[in-house]
Amino acid sequence: MAELMYWEAVRRAHDEEMAHDPLVICMGEDIGVAGGTYKATKGLYEKYGPDRVIDTPISENGFTGLGIGASFLGVRPIIEIMSVNFAWLAMDQIFNTAAKVRYMSGGQLEAPIVVRSPGGTAHQLGAQHSARMEKVFMGVAGLRVVTPSTPKQAYGLLKSAVRCADPVFINEHELMYNLKGEVPDGEYFHPLEGSEVVREGRDVTLFGYNISVHWALQAAGVLSREHGIEAEVVDLFALNPLDRAGIAASVARTHRAVIVEEAEPAVGVGSEVMAILNEECFFELDAAPLRVSAVNVPIPYNRSLEKAALPTARDVVEAVLAQFSR
Amino acid sequence: MDAADKKRLLREMLYARRFEERCYEAYVERKIGGFLHLYPGQEACAIGVLEAARPGRDYVITGYRDHVHAIKCGADPREVMAELFGKETGSSKGRGGSMHIFDVKHRFMGGYALVGGPFPLAAGIAKALKLKGEEEIAICFLGDAANNQGTFHEALNMASLWQLPVLYVCENNLYGIGTRIDRSTAVVEQYKRVCGYDIPAAQVDGQDIEKVYAAAREAVAHVRSGKGPYFLELLTYRYRGHSMSDSNAYRAKEEERQWSKRDPIIMLRDRLIEAGQLSAEEYREMDTGILEEIEQEVIPFAERSPEPKVEELERYVLADNDPWVHGGAR
Repeated sequence: MAELMYWEAVRRAHDEEMAHDPLVICMGEDIGVAGGTYKATKGLYEKYGPDRVIDTPISENGFTGLGIGASFLGVRPIIEIMSVNFAWLAMDQIFNTAAKVRYMSGGQLEAPIVVRSPGGTAHQLGAQHSARMEKVFMGVAGLRVVTPSTPKQAYGLLKSAVRCADPVFINEHELMYNLKGEVPDGEYFHPLEGSEVVREGRDVTLFGYNISVHWALQAAGVLSREHGIEAEVVDLFALNPLDRAGIAASVARTHRAVIVEEAEPAVGVGSEVMAILNEECFFELDAAPLRVSAVNVPIPYNRSLEKAALPTARDVVEAVLAQFSR
Repeated sequence: MDAADKKRLLREMLYARRFEERCYEAYVERKIGGFLHLYPGQEACAIGVLEAARPGRDYVITGYRDHVHAIKCGADPREVMAELFGKETGSSKGRGGSMHIFDVKHRFMGGYALVGGPFPLAAGIAKALKLKGEEEIAICFLGDAANNQGTFHEALNMASLWQLPVLYVCENNLYGIGTRIDRSTAVVEQYKRVCGYDIPAAQVDGQDIEKVYAAAREAVAHVRSGKGPYFLELLTYRYRGHSMSDSNAYRAKEEERQWSKRDPIIMLRDRLIEAGQLSAEEYREMDTGILEEIEQEVIPFAERSPEPKVEELERYVLADNDPWVHGGAR
């Protein structure tokens, strides 16, 4: 297994899928000649040419719609939206067309696009470049939503998303492109549904996704070393559909749950997981589940305020200790 | 076009008129629900343009006023009516309704209800055709008011930049729902707006099907020859309100009277009669034949078809059994 950075894993998946199928194209702002803001398409323009690696105008709804139209005829576009904040502009085409066209055509048409975009809050980018939008995407029928926490997932989820007949939104993270991790040397296709236990533990389950998996793992280390509490960490790499069975099975083992999310609490991953816990395993719970979320504000520019707006591993530790009345 | 072609087009336009009028009745009878946008007055647009293209082979996409475009592409009118009745035998299996007729085997790529939504979709279809090296083209029909959406500008820019084989047809019926074009749009003549994207454009009388056909032939030839997109503006008028829930109170009676004199069906009929190519008797027989076909074949098919099964409510949300959902391991 080779160690790759997250961006290298995304780039490798692009390259392999474009080599495998001449109808796979990629498009987005600065992805071609410039190689991509996060280098996810570096070198592909030179290799596959301007008809398949398309530098688009800054017209998110327009080029997303164009990709969807091309997908009606079997083209498999990988659409990069430079920042998830700009995806608001493409919501019309993603929600009104891609997510609904199979249904409203009675199964005649499908829109097998991949839209990938860095979400999350980076460093002092201000309110309009720091949104976390996974909660907006995950509530829509007809759209798959996945969010890789490791280079392996970034590679394998993109590979499967390109081949899947459904539209898939991949929520990446601006701060994770330089994260290193092992990626299989051979081709690997990650499932687009399910969840993964990334740390076993008997006392409490910490649910995370994308960057918050890493916060949960840090917290689990502290809980084990300093408090003798063994936390199970579950990676919810698929946000739509959520893995109801996997969520319930973990809590049936640990009887406690804390959901760690980078976004504001309302109508998000945490509230949805809590609803699933209520519906699937209420009587397994020994303590009320808790959410560790961002503060409900637009992300501020000021460094201290920005830090204060986001959850940390320390907040996770405190939430778990509260469940144990410590 | 010879006399036989013109008579066939006259019949197609009259069929479209009678079909839409029957939809109106079925809506009043509550057989059809939801929103219903009817086409009377604009028949020469869809039928004239597509006559100049290859219906059933070229890819056609439009907005919510879509029944006639689908039928001209080759959709079975019985299936279109069944869709309006919400039946399993409908074009979209009863899941779409009036605004979402689809008939992909005839390359009618759908009716869409977000004004301006199809502009980039059509450009994308054209991108796919160009990538695959196919000789078919994309044809996108939308109204004048759609041109005030951002998608119009975004899609035309990309279609021109990448020289995509797409024909944009603007059916300018002068009203965006209930607002007259000069009250919503700074540049009223729509063909002038596309010069900003260096796309060749023309404006013709959308009530005269022979003029529509002639202009569309040039437009289609341009697009098919690989010279990039083309924009064709057709000046037309809808004889009913925007939809069935529209009181139509915003239009002057005098304006409606003037346009009623320019009915595309009457214009072609009278021209054929004057030329001795059609008799009044033949026209009446044509009309009677159409009405009988609609009453005896179209309506009964829609009436008698089964409803979709509630057990299949969740079908078509996602692909059935896609192996890649499980990482290809199946």
